[in-house]
Amino acid sequence: MNLTELARSSGEWLRGSGPESDIVISSRIRLARNLAEFPFISRCTPADRGEVEKRLRNHVIHVQAGGELDYLNVNDLKGIDRQFLVERQLISREHAESEGARGVAIAENEQVSLMVNEEDHLRIQVMHSGLDLTGVWQQINEIETILCDQVVFAFHPKLGFLTACPTNVGTGMRVSVMLHLPALVITRQIDKVFRSLQKIGLAVRGLYGEGSQAMGDFYQISNQITLGKSEETLVSQVGDIVPQIIEYERKARDVLVKESHETLHDRVSRAYGILRTAQTISSEETMHLLSSVRMGVNLGLISDVAIPTLNELFIHTQPAHLQKLRGTELDTADRNIERARYLRRHLNKQDSGNGGKN
Amino acid sequence: MKCQQCDKLATFHITELTGGKPQELHLCEDHARQYLTRSDDETAAATTLAGVLAHQMAVGQTAEELARLDQRVCPVCGITFYEFRNQGRLGCPHDYLAFSAELEPLIINIHGETEHSGKRPARYAGGTDSRTQLIRLRREMKAAVSEERYEQAKELKDKIKMVEAAPLE
Ligand SMILES: [Zn+2]
Ligand SMILES: [Zn+2]
Repeated sequence: MNLTELARSSGEWLRGSGPESDIVISSRIRLARNLAEFPFISRCTPADRGEVEKRLRNHVIHVQAGGELDYLNVNDLKGIDRQFLVERQLISREHAESEGARGVAIAENEQVSLMVNEEDHLRIQVMHSGLDLTGVWQQINEIETILCDQVVFAFHPKLGFLTACPTNVGTGMRVSVMLHLPALVITRQIDKVFRSLQKIGLAVRGLYGEGSQAMGDFYQISNQITLGKSEETLVSQVGDIVPQIIEYERKARDVLVKESHETLHDRVSRAYGILRTAQTISSEETMHLLSSVRMGVNLGLISDVAIPTLNELFIHTQPAHLQKLRGTELDTADRNIERARYLRRHLNKQDSGNGGKN
Repeated sequence: MKCQQCDKLATFHITELTGGKPQELHLCEDHARQYLTRSDDETAAATTLAGVLAHQMAVGQTAEELARLDQRVCPVCGITFYEFRNQGRLGCPHDYLAFSAELEPLIINIHGETEHSGKRPARYAGGTDSRTQLIRLRREMKAAVSEERYEQAKELKDKIKMVEAAPLE
């Protein structure tokens, strides 16, 4: 797998297709599994870790009929490549930063990745663009069933699949959807939505910058419990609530368009203007502005840039992507300059058609 | 304001909404990025577990009882309850049985349930148990080798081979 090649595309989670993809960025399920005959990761000797990897490696690359998955030895990867995989949501931050024998198998279309020796011996992940939890569950269930026939997972008849952390025991399953909710943020309804989600046992996360706005207005909703409910129930627990949130977000967008059209149009246009002209820009500001522009495009206020281009910019302006695309390592200050240059190049060529050399 | 994890300026102010009350975090760009991309399950899990454990420990246990509890050891992997409590991660599948009395209230607290009702692998009965014993056997063999008890190490090695070769149900 050539990571530099990979850097040029936007990956599955920001591909920007699939149902409801103007609001639902991606649907993802993760399953945690452990081999019965080895200690959990924290008690593994280096030899145990090596043995776990050796045993799993050959199985995880053959989980799909379509062809072998690529296996990357994460321990041997350079720091920037590990961060690159984190930005692409193919491995977790922990997996990138821990030590010892570990790896990841990745399907060519990036919908499937299997981390070996993360917090558990095996973390299976399937991710689809847009809202498609049923499709994701079907695919991950097939993969898990194949693996179940080849290795013995730690399983207890009463407690289910046994995991290193008791918070994952049972199904070992985490279902999540990533949502883009800028209008709920602007109309200050987002906290209300969060509180109601927490009441029904769902976790919501967002990263807050200065003030009260989440990083790029992206929020992730996931199940909190993993024991006592079937996988299908957990999938619908998250899935059933999503149409309602989409509805809230659309209503909030309607209200903004109707009641403060000029303010909204101004906000979106200014964001677009800054992104096309800035000479140095942090990734936080970039995310923040791209979020406004993305909503502007979805509402028809901006027409000369496409959603896939914006999705791609969200990921290409992340530090590791930026450096891989540039072909060299850069410090924060240089990254901010390079990021601004990258944005100018990609946002100005849309209308000028001659590559916008500014 | 300084970053909570280094000396740089905190430019990110994060409100973590997972769990009970919102938690404020103040971080520099690098640490905020690290936090943002940390897998959410992990963060959520760590906060819940630490909170529940702290609470459970504080309720109705004398220092003496606590110390005794902390010294309990899993016979399979050798982890103490104290080590689990500290790192929030168990040592092996057998811990769920070895510490079952201590873990049950914790599991109820997190999940509100005690029984799995999802997918079951086609084979596990007995299989998992004998497989789990391999963890203990390998650990004992390693100890025997390092203490130069070669006779015993050889016996353990044969036993491991036998268990490994045994068919699963
Ligand atoms: Zn810092
Ligand atoms: Zn143990």
